[in-house]
Amino acid sequence: MALRTFATRKTLGALSRFPQQLRGLQTFTLPDLPYDYGALEPAISGDIMQLHHQKHHQTYITNYNKALEQLDDAIANGDASTAVKLQSAIKFNGGGHVNHSIFWKNLAPTKEGGGEPPHGSLGWAIDQSYGSVEKLIAKMNAEGAAVQGSGWVWLALDKELKRLVVETTANQDPLVTKGPSLVPLIGIDVWEHAYYLQYKNVRPDYLKNIWKVINWKYASEIYEKECP
Amino acid sequence: MASVTTIVSQLTSSAFLPATEFCRLSQSLLHWSQMQGPGIDLKPPPYALDALEPHMSKDTLEYHWGKHHRGYVNNLKKQIEGTELDGMSLENIILASYNKGDVLPAFNNAAQVWNHDFFWESMKPGGGGKPSGELLELINRDFGSFESLIKEFTIAATTQFGSGWAWLVYNDKKLEVVKSPNAINPLVLGYHPLLTIDVWEHAYYLDFKNLRADYISTFLDKLVSWDAVSSRLEAAKVLE
Repeated sequence: MALRTFATRKTLGALSRFPQQLRGLQTFTLPDLPYDYGALEPAISGDIMQLHHQKHHQTYITNYNKALEQLDDAIANGDASTAVKLQSAIKFNGGGHVNHSIFWKNLAPTKEGGGEPPHGSLGWAIDQSYGSVEKLIAKMNAEGAAVQGSGWVWLALDKELKRLVVETTANQDPLVTKGPSLVPLIGIDVWEHAYYLQYKNVRPDYLKNIWKVINWKYASEIYEKECP
Repeated sequence: MASVTTIVSQLTSSAFLPATEFCRLSQSLLHWSQMQGPGIDLKPPPYALDALEPHMSKDTLEYHWGKHHRGYVNNLKKQIEGTELDGMSLENIILASYNKGDVLPAFNNAAQVWNHDFFWESMKPGGGGKPSGELLELINRDFGSFESLIKEFTIAATTQFGSGWAWLVYNDKKLEVVKSPNAINPLVLGYHPLLTIDVWEHAYYLDFKNLRADYISTFLDKLVSWDAVSSRLEAAKVLE
């Protein structure tokens, strides 16, 4: 078994904290995690967190930046068909960056409140809409387990209708693709890379355990901002 | 020069198959149903689970075949029990549940059972190398060179976003590379599949982590059974 080393919170962004400006085009850098890679154990292993952050998320950013540069060129050259052809790479890689940036904030070590159920207005809204947090979790776990292939399961606030919804998205489609007024409160990555090294094919076990490190405080902040 | 096409765009643009495609689809599936008896079973790969080491680990085979593939088989059996799909051959279940694009619940499991059978048989211990004979001739004709086929197949496998498969198929008497998402396979378009690589993350994560590109090149260099591809081509030519 390889020697397991848990790097402390990576500051890969430190080298390029300022947005890179290429001909006025803003490109993106990997956000730091607000906790160490090993801090979510045993719910999510440090190995997974490190790969997920440093490899998968970084790759989405690298490819998103590349696609944006190509799009910038295409627009400057009036090349409409190239601009259109790039859309799927932008949606996929940009969506990957957006989704994972939310995901890292959706998680917290237990000693920093991870897993602590929501109080305040979000807790009340959950009880109203789903009966209890446990019932909401059961619903999200069922829908997350049922995602075919790769995707995400979300607890969302429909800010127009002022109500909570559970949604799933395929691949790296951001939540807004399911409705422009949907605000993500909690997103759970159900791509196999999010859990395979630890849970193998048993996605339901991953879903059961991730709630021990879900950052309800962050979800409540977002909710209270939209529904003061 | 054959080009990579995405099956999804074809599926979404034609909810109904024209008669000619439907006939070809049935022929293609009839061919496969003649090769596999009725009843849904978990077929073992044509080699031991450790036989593809070190290129594909025993661990991977134990999970991929022993858990994922077995899961599709067991779930399909549960799904079709007592329904009109019960007792049909796997290929006919795929056709029926594909339902001309408006897929029914059994499709995912049925197609994945078929896809995985096909995948195991697309590899062999001591695989890789180059094809020969008629297969190589057609490759040179339709791709320009073997290297060019490898490049297109690699691009398809690399750029299948999310879960899915990349395929070499025989269609309209020509070789083509296509890619498909999740459980979709080229049978549903009436193509004749000749080779596939599984690019769901579970296919490579234990051995390669995020490095899908390394998995794809290892598959092509060390695992692919060009013999299997050649015999599938022979069978496909008879049907076209």
